[in-house]
Amino acid sequence: MSDLTALTLAAALDGMEKKRVSSLELTQAFLRAIEAANPHLNAFVTVTAERACAMAKASDARRAKKGRVPLPLDGAPLGIKDLFCTEGVRSTAGSRILGNFIPPYESSVTQQLWRDGAVMLGKLNMDEFAMGSSNETSAFGPVSSPWRKPGSNASLTPGGSSGGSAAAVAADLCLGATATDTGGSIRQPAAFTGTVGIKPTYGRCSRWGIVAFASSLDQAGPIAKTVEDGAILLGSMAGHDPRDSTSLAQAVPDFRKACGRSVKGLKIGVPKEYRVDGMPAEIENLWTQGVAWLQEQGAVIRDISLPHTKYALPAYYIIAPAEASSNLARYDGMRYGLRVEGKDLTQTYEKSRAEGFGAEVQRRILIGAYVLSAGYYDAYYLRAQKVRARIAEDFTTAFAEVDAILTPTAPSAAFALGERSGDPIQMYLNDVFTVTANLAGLPGISVPAALDGAGLPLGLQVIGRALDEETVFACAAAIERAAGFTAKAKPWW
Amino acid sequence: MAIDEKTVQRVAHLARLALPADRLAPMAQEISGILAWIEQLQEVDVKNVAPMTSAVAGFALPLREDVVTEGANAAAILVNAPKAEHGFFVVPKVVE
Repeated sequence: MSDLTALTLAAALDGMEKKRVSSLELTQAFLRAIEAANPHLNAFVTVTAERACAMAKASDARRAKKGRVPLPLDGAPLGIKDLFCTEGVRSTAGSRILGNFIPPYESSVTQQLWRDGAVMLGKLNMDEFAMGSSNETSAFGPVSSPWRKPGSNASLTPGGSSGGSAAAVAADLCLGATATDTGGSIRQPAAFTGTVGIKPTYGRCSRWGIVAFASSLDQAGPIAKTVEDGAILLGSMAGHDPRDSTSLAQAVPDFRKACGRSVKGLKIGVPKEYRVDGMPAEIENLWTQGVAWLQEQGAVIRDISLPHTKYALPAYYIIAPAEASSNLARYDGMRYGLRVEGKDLTQTYEKSRAEGFGAEVQRRILIGAYVLSAGYYDAYYLRAQKVRARIAEDFTTAFAEVDAILTPTAPSAAFALGERSGDPIQMYLNDVFTVTANLAGLPGISVPAALDGAGLPLGLQVIGRALDEETVFACAAAIERAAGFTAKAKPWW
Repeated sequence: MAIDEKTVQRVAHLARLALPADRLAPMAQEISGILAWIEQLQEVDVKNVAPMTSAVAGFALPLREDVVTEGANAAAILVNAPKAEHGFFVVPKVVE
């Protein structure tokens, strides 16, 4: 088989099953690709080459046995976002404060990937504690997107916070990657890099062993090359885990099978509130095109209203920092993580946290501590949770009439590194179309649909009912078929 | 609502974050900008709306058996400690 790294996950699994390629050959091809690309892209913060080869050899041995039932991901080399704790392998969350943290345990999601035979290539760069939309807040430096505007040498953002995951998948440095999404951190980077990203229903994947940012919003999911690949990965990542009290005790459906479902007769909602000021005409046109693609395959289109959409981001920027300030209180320099000695205990706390956390994380901790402080809780946090209830109610009303909702994934294509890092609110607005699904706990997927005039990928988002990822996959696969998006970043590294 | 440097200092202390004096004014400005943007939530009618406390409706928080699930793994727990001795965390003196 030629050009192993360009294979989809489905094709690679098929190739290994038919003995056309071994896991070790695949793994070594990816390790070579990482070695060549990573000095330029900075997608991996840790490469676990030895472990990867050992896992690949074990997989090849399993596949060589007679009468075995193949594991769902046997031998598939994957990248892991550095927010997932991996036993014996440094897990940093993109932060200095966890720069030397080596977990003595494995996250539930990654444990399930290894259970299903996957191979770990290494840990992927990300915005610090997943707080960012451009991968520029990482303590390990920004990730450069494999995409560039034709004729330009300017580095573009791969999006964030799962920028390393998106860049690695787009640049063929792994077959697929884990990611997490608190306000859009799977779907926005997928849209920016021409990859597929799925945030499942809140509670579908266990949060156990994933470094916490905002616990009521955080959800794991895959970034993949195709919708089907995303479905295969989510099938292994999802599932009930008693160690996460918010993990849902629900059976995991056959997501891969759902990709083959017809969209005929499905009612698709188009929310008028997602037509925001200043959105490029190309994105508006692509959205219209997406509607037509679904209609041509038999879906019925309905105009819907989600009236509280504009309040989603401001509500998010109370709820997420509040939960973050509480979650990040654990980094006190005593039990693990960076300690910077001061003259007494309080000063040791203050210095450890000041040196350990970067600027964006500090800003969010302060906002969170402020909105939760005595006298302000009702005005900010409580009100935001009520607004959140109204946003969720909007979706409940809409889903009485429609089966899924189609929107653009992000209000722009990828921007240059440094272009927006000076203005937090401009950066936050990246998540305007994705954050609503986090607040309402709903599944959402981004599918690459076209290139814009500058030659950069654009994505469409499908949002579904809680626990109805199957309809989301069916719609996404229909868009993927119609769009015929095959563009890849041209290697410049 | 705008917040001043004194408030930033108070909140930074609550959050146990040492902020150098020259960061107080810029941080006050940045946070005030974000809080001003958040003010639009005042427009939303939330009368008789219960705050959302569960991301997926219809699932009650489960209870588990009140039993020890893990333990007797002090070595693993201490493995990342900045300072540990004799099976304990070593912390700065707290009581005078």
